[in-house]
Amino acid sequence: MTDPKTDPMKDQWLPVSMSADLGPARRDTVVMGVPVTIWRASDGTARAEAEGRTLAVTEDYDHLWICLGTPALPLFDIPEARQPGRRFVPCGRVRVACSPLRAIENFLDIAHFPFVHTDILGAEPQTEVTRYKVDLRENDTEVWATKVEFYQPQASKSATGGVLTEYSYRVPAPTVSVLYKTCPPRPGERDVIAIFVQPVSETVCDVWPWMALFDDESAQADLVGFQQMIFVQDRSILENQVPALLPLDPGREIPTRADLTSVAYRRYLKAHGFTYGAELVPA
Amino acid sequence: MILHDWILSPNCYKVRLLAALTGQPLTLRAVNVHPGRDHLSDSYLALNPAGTLPILEDGDLVLGDSAAILTLLGARAGAGWSGQTPEDTARIAGWLAFAQDLSGSAGQARAIDMIGAPGSLPEAQARGRAHLRRLEQALAERALAGGTFLVGETPSIADIACFPHVMLAPDGGLSLAPYPAIRLWSRAVRALPGFIEMPGIHRLHELSPEPEMETELR
Repeated sequence: MTDPKTDPMKDQWLPVSMSADLGPARRDTVVMGVPVTIWRASDGTARAEAEGRTLAVTEDYDHLWICLGTPALPLFDIPEARQPGRRFVPCGRVRVACSPLRAIENFLDIAHFPFVHTDILGAEPQTEVTRYKVDLRENDTEVWATKVEFYQPQASKSATGGVLTEYSYRVPAPTVSVLYKTCPPRPGERDVIAIFVQPVSETVCDVWPWMALFDDESAQADLVGFQQMIFVQDRSILENQVPALLPLDPGREIPTRADLTSVAYRRYLKAHGFTYGAELVPA
Repeated sequence: MILHDWILSPNCYKVRLLAALTGQPLTLRAVNVHPGRDHLSDSYLALNPAGTLPILEDGDLVLGDSAAILTLLGARAGAGWSGQTPEDTARIAGWLAFAQDLSGSAGQARAIDMIGAPGSLPEAQARGRAHLRRLEQALAERALAGGTFLVGETPSIADIACFPHVMLAPDGGLSLAPYPAIRLWSRAVRALPGFIEMPGIHRLHELSPEPEMETELR
């Protein structure tokens, strides 16, 4: 097991609540096995404490983020989220009994769409993941996958009929993934869909899906429901993945070409020493 | 008919499923239950003082309880969905009550485990396990007597009322592996014409012919 006291994940910003749910009443949560208390002070600022210490906090993207140690970087930027006209859709937390890293890796995977999100994000027989591009950016602190194309019967709540959807994936922090995809009502823009993952322990996480969309039509409840439908279709799969901890040893599993993003993500975790939720690699 | 609905609610899915199986069209109105808690807003409490979903509106008729809604749709569907004899109708009523117990046990375990609803997870799981064992026993006895469904020769609202919470029990940490009769019954329900899924309840992928087989047959 990885020691949460030394893993660099303790110096990352980790999500713990929706901003809207934070009130004066203190609430307890758990981050990397550490009990954390959160609340909103009378001056309106968010507060967090753990083990008698005051924690660094920041609020953005409709969520509260805490850092158990010393923040290694400012909270990642999603410039598209600052564009006027976007709707923000926090979807509430879903607990999953899986490694926080596996939750991210699943989000990065396209090949499962026709089988798990059948007739929505994919459908047989259009199962091929064509060649796409993966690179590291921002001084190797971010994983990017671009030019990912996939046929989708119902790509989003606002989609009417099947479209060839283009995706880009971005991992700006070890427990955050942001995807950009074709926005059916506004072809020039990209919808932003993210998952913010709170590592509760190495094998349990709370996932906070969040979206920033151009969609003037759909009701908020429809947008939330669509994203919850997609995410909960993944939940039982994630809870049954073996081994529970994400393998970082390249000899442990045999990837295919469709797994390029996953390979890059695992390499990035290993390079930065993010082993909380991962199988330890023999030296 | 308007169904005020939440995609992740087993009780809402019961209604969507029965409507799909019996060809009764519904207009779905999504409610932001989690995280929005919109079902507890003044307008929804006015519609259903119990503060729960699903809610069915059909003209002047407003039903805020899934068993009541299943009873209505089953009676309209005919063909045995509400029982062919007084005895079967009474047996079905018994299973509708049992489905409420499932909701308060396996269903509660799922809500605690998945979205942080209040309550004790081990206690809800223990109650859920006891109910699953009861259902397993009943279905095993039905199977020995040559029956596939809970009551009578055909599927009824008894099956539809119990099916969602049973199938979603693994979401609350309750494995279905120990219950072969439940698994066989689940296959029968999922094989019904018009069956629809919900997140966590999958269609029968394994019954579709494989693409290679189709090629060979051609």
